[in-house]
Amino acid sequence: MWKDLLLEHRSKETLNALFFFALLLLFVFQFTLGPDRERLAGALPGLLWLGFILSGLLGLGRAFVVERENDCWEALLLAPGDKSAIYVGKLAGNLLLMFIVEAMLLVLFGVFFNLDLVPALPALVVVIGLGTVGFAAIGTLFAAMTTQVRARELLFPVLLLPVQVPVLLATVKATEAVLLGEPLGAVAHWLKLLAAADVVYVAVGVLTFDFVLEG
Amino acid sequence: MRVLGAVTVVALAAGLVAGLGLAPREVTQGNVQRIMYLHVPSVWVAYLAFAVVFVASIAYLAKRADAADRLAHASAEVGVVFTGVTIATGSIWGKPTWGTWWTWDARLTSVSILFVMYLGYLLLRGMIDDRERGARYAAVLGIVAAFNIPLVHFSVIWWRTLHQPPSLMTPGPAMPRVIITALLVNFVAFSLLYVYFVAKRVHLLRREAEAAA
Repeated sequence: MWKDLLLEHRSKETLNALFFFALLLLFVFQFTLGPDRERLAGALPGLLWLGFILSGLLGLGRAFVVERENDCWEALLLAPGDKSAIYVGKLAGNLLLMFIVEAMLLVLFGVFFNLDLVPALPALVVVIGLGTVGFAAIGTLFAAMTTQVRARELLFPVLLLPVQVPVLLATVKATEAVLLGEPLGAVAHWLKLLAAADVVYVAVGVLTFDFVLEG
Repeated sequence: MRVLGAVTVVALAAGLVAGLGLAPREVTQGNVQRIMYLHVPSVWVAYLAFAVVFVASIAYLAKRADAADRLAHASAEVGVVFTGVTIATGSIWGKPTWGTWWTWDARLTSVSILFVMYLGYLLLRGMIDDRERGARYAAVLGIVAAFNIPLVHFSVIWWRTLHQPPSLMTPGPAMPRVIITALLVNFVAFSLLYVYFVAKRVHLLRREAEAAA
C-alpha cells in the first residue's frame, strides 16, 4: 500500500486526471440541466453520487493497472504471507484516493453551484464515508479480477454497478435527507444497511481475494 | 436423463391443464390472472438457480472440482433465462392489469437487478479464455452476488415502499384450493424443468471440456 501511495504521491497521475474529470463532470451537469436552480437542488444528491461513482469507477479501475503494465502481477502472486493483506492495502489506498476526489467534488459543487454545504457537513461525511467503503470494497475486488480479462474497461463497470445498487440507493436517500437538514437519526435504517453492506463486502473481499490472486 | 425429460414434459402438461383448465377464472382480472401459473414458478426457479450457483461456487473454491464449476455455470444460465421469463410474463400481466409494461415497483426492481447482476456473471465467464481462471473468478462473483441478494432486497423495498406498499402482488387471504393445487403442480413441473435444463447443460459443458482437452 505504501508503495501505491508513494507512487501516486510522486506521479499524481491518477489524481490530477481525476480532478480534471470531476471538473468536467460539473460542466456536463450544468449544461445538461440548465441554469434552473430549483431543478439542480432537487437532483443534487443524485448528481453528487453520480460524480462519486463515475470518478470512482475510473480511479478504482486503475487500481491494478500499475502491476499489469510493469509485469508485477507475478510478484503479487508470489508475495509471501497472507494475500488478504494485499487486498486490505489496496482497499486502503483506493479509499484514500476516493476520499480525496470526493472532497474535491464537494468543494467544486459548493463553489460552482453556489451551495452552502457546511451545516450538513458532519452528517454528510458519515454517509459518504459509509457509502465509499462499500463501493471501494467490492470495487477493489472486481478491479483485481478484471485486470487480467479482455475488455476490462467495459467489464469492470458492468460487473460493479449492479452489485452496488443497494449502496447507491442507501447513500442517495441518506444524502438527500441530510442535505434537507434532517438529523442522521431520521435515516438510521439506511445507515444500518450501509454498515451491514460494508461489513459483508469487506469480509467477502478479504476471504475471496486469495482465490483471485492465484494465477 | 431421458426419463427425467419425459417426466418433465408430463408434469408441464399437467401444469398447463391445471392452470388453464381446472383452475377457475379469476373474478376481477379474468383470464389474465392465469399467467401467474407461469410467473410465480419462474421466480421460484430463478432463486433456486442462484442459490445453487452460490453453493456450487463455494464448493468449487473449496474442492476445485470442475463438476462444481460446470454446475454453477449451467445453473446461472438457466437462472438468467427464468429471470427473463419472470420479467416478461410479469410485463405481459402488468400491461392489462396495471396499465403499464413496467413500473419501478420494489419487486420488479429487485428482480431486474438480479437479472443484470447474473448477466454480468455470464459476461465475465465469456470474457476469460483461461478456463481455470474463469472458473475461479466466476465463483468469487457468484458468492458476492449471492450475499448481495438480501441487501438488494431490503434496499429496494425501503426505497419504494416507504411511499407505496406493494400490495398488488400479495395474494388475497382466501385463495381457493384449486388455484393453490394448480400452482403447486406448476411449481413441481418448473422445478423438474430446471433440473432437466441444468443436467443437459452440465452434460454439454462436460463434453465441451472433453473435446477441448
